[in-house]
Amino acid sequence: MNIRQNWIKRTIASGSKVRIKRRFIAYCLGLMSVAGVFCTTAQAEYGDIVLNNYSDQAQIRPVIFPHWFHRIRYRCKTCHGDLGFKIKAGGSEINMLKIINGEYCGACHNGKIAWAMENCDLCHSAKPGTPTQAHKSSKQSLISPQPVEKK
Amino acid sequence: MKTTDHIRVLAVSALICVASGSAVFAAENPNRFNRLFTPPEKAVQSIKDDGIHDPQGPAVGVLQEPKQAFAPLEKSISGNYVDWTASLRKQQISPLFDYQDPAKKPQPMDLNIVMEVKGSTPDVVFPHNIHTELLDCSVCHPQVFVPQKGGNQISMAEIMLGQKCGICHGSVAFPVSDCKACHSSKPPAAGGKKAAKKAADKAPKK
Ligand code: HEC
Ligand code: HEC
Ligand code: HEC
Repeated sequence: MNIRQNWIKRTIASGSKVRIKRRFIAYCLGLMSVAGVFCTTAQAEYGDIVLNNYSDQAQIRPVIFPHWFHRIRYRCKTCHGDLGFKIKAGGSEINMLKIINGEYCGACHNGKIAWAMENCDLCHSAKPGTPTQAHKSSKQSLISPQPVEKK
Repeated sequence: MKTTDHIRVLAVSALICVASGSAVFAAENPNRFNRLFTPPEKAVQSIKDDGIHDPQGPAVGVLQEPKQAFAPLEKSISGNYVDWTASLRKQQISPLFDYQDPAKKPQPMDLNIVMEVKGSTPDVVFPHNIHTELLDCSVCHPQVFVPQKGGNQISMAEIMLGQKCGICHGSVAFPVSDCKACHSSKPPAAGGKKAAKKAADKAPKK
C-alpha cells in the first residue's frame, strides 16, 4: 500500500495535468486487471435471473429470480404458458403494480401459494447496479461478459 | 510525457497487477489441477459471494443455497450440474404442471426428430417427450420452430448466441458444452449415418 501511496504522491507532485491523467488511466487499468482476477472467481448460479428494468431508478435493490429454485417446483409451462412470462430476462417488464394485481410473480407470491409481497428483501436481493441478465448464460460467457440486452 | 515515463507507468501498473494477483493465489499451488476451469464442486457458488447478491442484504442466509437444493438430484457435467431430465424421471423432483391444480398432468408426446449433421458428428435427436413433459407446444411452435420436419435451419453459432435451441439451452437448460446430450444418435456401425438415422427414427416412435 505504501508503494502505491508514494507513487500517487510523486505523480501528483511531478506532473502536468495531462501526465497525471495518463498515469491515472494506466493506474486504473492496472487495478481493473486485478479486479478481473477477483471477478472471475465470483459467479452466481447458472440460471439466476436478474431483473433491473426499474429497480435502480426506484433506488431499491434489483430483483434476483432464482430460476433453478422455481423449476424444481413448477414445470416451465406454468410460467411460460399460463402466467405469460416472456422467455427473455426482463422481457415481461414486471413492476410492483402488476405483482400486486396478481400477475407474474404475484400469481403465487400472494400469501396463499407462496409468501407474500411484504418480504421485499427476498426478491430485491441483488447488488445495486447489477444489470438485467440471465446469469452465466452461454451468450454471456462467449462474448465479453456483457449483460443480455434489454427486451 | 517522455517515453521512459510511459514505460515506468506501465511497469508500475503491471507490477501492482502481478503483485495483487499473486497475493490472491499465494495460498494456491501454481501447479494445481483445474487451473483454467472451475470444477463442478466449486462452480455452484454460495449466495453470499456469488457476485450478484448483495452480501450486506438481509436475504443472505435466508435464501436457499443452490448446493443444498441440488444435493439430492442427479448430477450432470454442465450448467447447474444437475441432470434435470433424470431427476424428473426418477421423481427426485415433481414440478407441478399447473400452479393452481396440482392434480393436472401433462400429456407428453413421443416423437423423436432426427436432424442430420455434417461430418462425423453424430446426428441430433430431438426428443419431444421431455420437452412436452415440461412445456406447451405453443411455447416453441410456430415462432421458434416451424412444425415441419427439415423446415428449420439451425446452426451451432445461432445456438450459442441464444437463438433456436439456445434460447433455453445455454441460459437455464443444459448448455452446449454437453455435446453428446443432443448429438446422441447411435454411432453409424454398418451402413453409415443413414442406416443409424432410420433406426433412431423408428425405435422410440411407438
Ligand atoms: C415476489 C417478488 C417481489 C417482492 C416480494 C417485491 N418485489 Fe418489488 N419488484 C419485483 C420485480 C420482479 C420487479 C421488477 C424489477 C425490475 O425490472 O427492475 C420489482 C420492482 C419494484 C420497484 C420498481 C418498479 C415499480 O413498480 O415501481 C419497486 C419500487 C419495488 N419493486 C418495491 C418493492 C417493495 C417496497 C416491496 C416490499 C413491500 C417489494 N418490491 C416486494 C418483485 C418483487
Ligand atoms: C416459476 C416460474 C418459472 C418457471 C417454472 C420457469 N421459468 Fe423460465 N423464466 C421465468 C421468469 C420470471 C423469467 C424472466 C422473464 C422476464 O424477465 O420477463 C424466465 C426466463 C426464462 C428464459 C430466458 C433467459 C434468458 O436468456 O433471458 C428461459 C430460456 C427460460 N425461462 C426457460 C425456462 C424453461 C426451459 C423452464 C422449465 C424447465 C422454465 N423456464 C421454467 C419464470 C419461470
Ligand atoms: C408458479 C408460482 C410462482 C411464481 C410465478 C413465482 N414464484 Fe417465487 N416461489 C414460489 C414458491 C412456491 C416458492 C417457495 C416458497 C417457500 O418455500 O415457502 C418461491 C420462492 C421464491 C424465492 C425464495 C427462494 C428461496 O431461496 O427460498 C424467491 C426469491 C422468489 N420466489 C422470487 C420470485 C420472483 C422474483 C418471481 C417473479 C419473477 C417469482 N418468485 C414468481 C412460487 C412462485
